[in-house]
Amino acid sequence: MLEVRGLSKIFGGLRAVDSASLDVAEGTIAGLIGPNGAGKTTLFAALTGFLAPDEGSVRFRGEDITGRPPHLICRHGMVRTFQVTQPFAHLSVRENIMVGAYLHTPERALASARAEAIARQVGMADLLERTAAGLTVAGRKRLELARALATQPKLLLLDEVMAGLNPPEIDELIPVIQGIRSSGVTVFLIEHVMQAVMSLAENVYVLSYGKIIAQGAPRQLAADPVVIEAYLGHGAAQRIAATAHA
Amino acid sequence: MNWKIPAALLVVALAYPLVFRGNFAINFGVLVLFFALIGQAWNIAGGFGGQLSFGHAVFFGTGAYCSTILQLKLGWSPWSGLAASAGAGALVGALIAALSFRFGLRGSYFALITLAFAEAFRILTNALEFTGGGVGLLLPLKRSALNFQFAERIGFYYTILALTAISIGIAIWLQRSRFGARLAAIRENEDAARALGIDTFREKVKVMALSGALCALGGTFYAQYYLYIDPAVVFGVDKSVEMLLVSMIGGTGTVYGPLIGSLLLTLVGEYTRAITDAQGLSLIIYGSLLILIIGFLPNGLVDLFKLRWRRKARA
Amino acid sequence: MDATILGAAVINGLLLGGSYALVAVGLTLIYGVLHIINFAHGSMLMLAMYGAYFLLMKAKIDPYAAIPLMVAAMFAAGYVLYRGLIGRFSHGKDENILLITLGLSIVLENVALFFFKGDSQTVTVSYSDRMVALGPALVPLPKLVSFVASLVLCAALAWFIARTDTGRAIRAVAKERHGARLVGIDVEKIFAVSYGIGIACLGAAACLLIPSFYVSPSVGHLFVIVAFTIVVLGGMGSFIGALVGSLIIGLTESLSGLFLGEALGQIGISLIFILILLFRPTGIFSK
Ligand SMILES: Nc1ncnc2c1ncn2[C@@H]1O[C@H](COP(=O)(O)OP(=O)(O)OP(=O)(O)O)[C@@H](O)[C@H]1O
Ligand SMILES: [Mg+2]
Repeated sequence: MLEVRGLSKIFGGLRAVDSASLDVAEGTIAGLIGPNGAGKTTLFAALTGFLAPDEGSVRFRGEDITGRPPHLICRHGMVRTFQVTQPFAHLSVRENIMVGAYLHTPERALASARAEAIARQVGMADLLERTAAGLTVAGRKRLELARALATQPKLLLLDEVMAGLNPPEIDELIPVIQGIRSSGVTVFLIEHVMQAVMSLAENVYVLSYGKIIAQGAPRQLAADPVVIEAYLGHGAAQRIAATAHA
Repeated sequence: MNWKIPAALLVVALAYPLVFRGNFAINFGVLVLFFALIGQAWNIAGGFGGQLSFGHAVFFGTGAYCSTILQLKLGWSPWSGLAASAGAGALVGALIAALSFRFGLRGSYFALITLAFAEAFRILTNALEFTGGGVGLLLPLKRSALNFQFAERIGFYYTILALTAISIGIAIWLQRSRFGARLAAIRENEDAARALGIDTFREKVKVMALSGALCALGGTFYAQYYLYIDPAVVFGVDKSVEMLLVSMIGGTGTVYGPLIGSLLLTLVGEYTRAITDAQGLSLIIYGSLLILIIGFLPNGLVDLFKLRWRRKARA
Repeated sequence: MDATILGAAVINGLLLGGSYALVAVGLTLIYGVLHIINFAHGSMLMLAMYGAYFLLMKAKIDPYAAIPLMVAAMFAAGYVLYRGLIGRFSHGKDENILLITLGLSIVLENVALFFFKGDSQTVTVSYSDRMVALGPALVPLPKLVSFVASLVLCAALAWFIARTDTGRAIRAVAKERHGARLVGIDVEKIFAVSYGIGIACLGAAACLLIPSFYVSPSVGHLFVIVAFTIVVLGGMGSFIGALVGSLIIGLTESLSGLFLGEALGQIGISLIFILILLFRPTGIFSK
């Protein structure tokens, strides 16, 4: 459903995303991993129209959407969340989610009902009337997810929704994301929390210095020395192998 | 939705001139409603839309000149002129917004460019013969309701009441509608709004057009009430600042803030006029209030009421 | 067009630009460091002009001799205003600063109106009416003095920023306030000092303007939009930009007055302002 070909984004001299090609199949959960500064967020921004790609093309649901503005891409069914959460700080959780829900209905009552349903789905039903500014990190991450879901996307791009959460919170969120996929939404997620990637994604791309350096099932990648080196630096593969034996 | 507050306000406003019949009292009522109208116009862009403007006089003056020129040159009725001026205000609002937002101006830069547009309009009307130049335009006295020149002040009162009620109605609608929710989203976080499918450019242009139209209605009312306009007053920085003050002091982004602000400022204005001949005292108070409000009550005087309610609710 | 008239208009435009530069350099310093738009700049100038006026009328201190005194007084006023009011009340939002400085300008102007009434006052000093021949134009000596002084002022400011320790700290804060904080610079203090220096420039400007200009509660209005235009034109935060921008604006005003007539001539500045904001909000000298 998403086909990216030779996508590049250049900042000054830096090729933050460097001829990246990848595919996300409908109905799957795909992952994007890579060390800090690899260009993952930049790639998402280029897919969703926040940054204009310098090279390459993005096809989504059969249409070439390269260079379209974010709101049109969202209306076409691809929505992103932000790694650094961007809540509508002075609005309540309900109002935040309603902004997303209003994409498909002008009716206040309907948007409000949808917001409630989605809040239940992501486990924040009891926070509906809270002001977004007062939420914890975990709350804000869920809100990002809820707002995006409310636009009824076909493809959901999640940028590190697990970062900053403690293990019980992560355990809570994993089934939520699986539930989203079961409801028919394709998911593409950036994640540093390996446990999450392992248990969620079927197919994972690895980005390093802007390039896709590997692709495959998560277990297979976790053992791939190329990936481990990219991730943890030179010699890391051996160190890990050593600790695993010990 | 609680309809009790607007209904009660409307009843009070309708009854006011029947209870207080003197010219002074009715003039006072007219002024309160007039400033509430243009304050609300500012508030719709500056408060609900989050687009800080220092030049709303550009819409006010456009309205005042539009209906007046249509009357003087083409013999239009001022009532048709009122409608035309709303259209002209919307058009100018949309144009300024489209230009500014297309080029990505935000925040303080947007405030400066609106100021510059108001200045440009002032200088143009001041220089052109067509608009009467610096001398301004005088409307001939012809008292009749059909001519939007009521023999009794109460006619003006109910006219401005209707216009102000419309503006408050629009504010209520903004609080409850999709358009209003989108504006709130843009005000709070434009990137997040775009990610969620909002065409931020379009919504911002729309809100400036709406605000411009309402403000222009105020301009036409002003022209009909005083029967005289000149560029320095209707396009002046002072007009822009008055609207901003009314809204900021009462409470931006709230439905009743401009009304509260207008009531307070008109009271202060009349009171200082009564106690001293020296100019400037009322504005000293307004300016100080603005600073204090930003320092201590970022949501305006409306917050005082809310605090009281909350305390009561807790008790 | 008669070359003499044109030449005179050019010279007058440049001199006018010189007086604008006096006002604009302080504004650009404040913008460059604090990234705020000081809407009270015009009314602070007005305040300083009344200061210079009363020093002359009551204490018989010649405006030029009063420069050190006025610079010191305005610096103190700016420093205290920033520390006590602007920095404290703005909650770190630049739109709030815009509104607070607007409130401040309303208060200052109307306090002046309340005490001094709306009339304008002019002063006469021995050299007020002395004229100097400058090419095709005969110009008043005070205007020439203020032109030269504005060049000196810009140079002095540039030297101060480039060479002194305070200047270095100011540059550090202007460039990277968080980084500056990390290396132990008291950023809030530098903000207040920069605001103070920006306002101190107005002390000098007032003394230089008063022999050839009038003072009234609303005199600041004449300079506000012009000064913003210059600062935006020259690139906010650049002294050379402010100086060149001032000369451009002075020339524009003088020449568009000559070609379009007195009334319509003023539109030149607003149009430049609008176009610059739209197309080059970082100034014409930016890359
Ligand atoms: N707007 C920008 N201008 C210039 N450089 C940028 C910009 N945005 C990102 N970069 C640079 O591009 C590179 C990739 O950044 P990006 O945020 O995409 O990495 P990431 O993989 O998401 O990292 P992280 O895991 O830390 O979130 C970094 O070197 C970053 O400094
Ligand atoms: Mg990232």
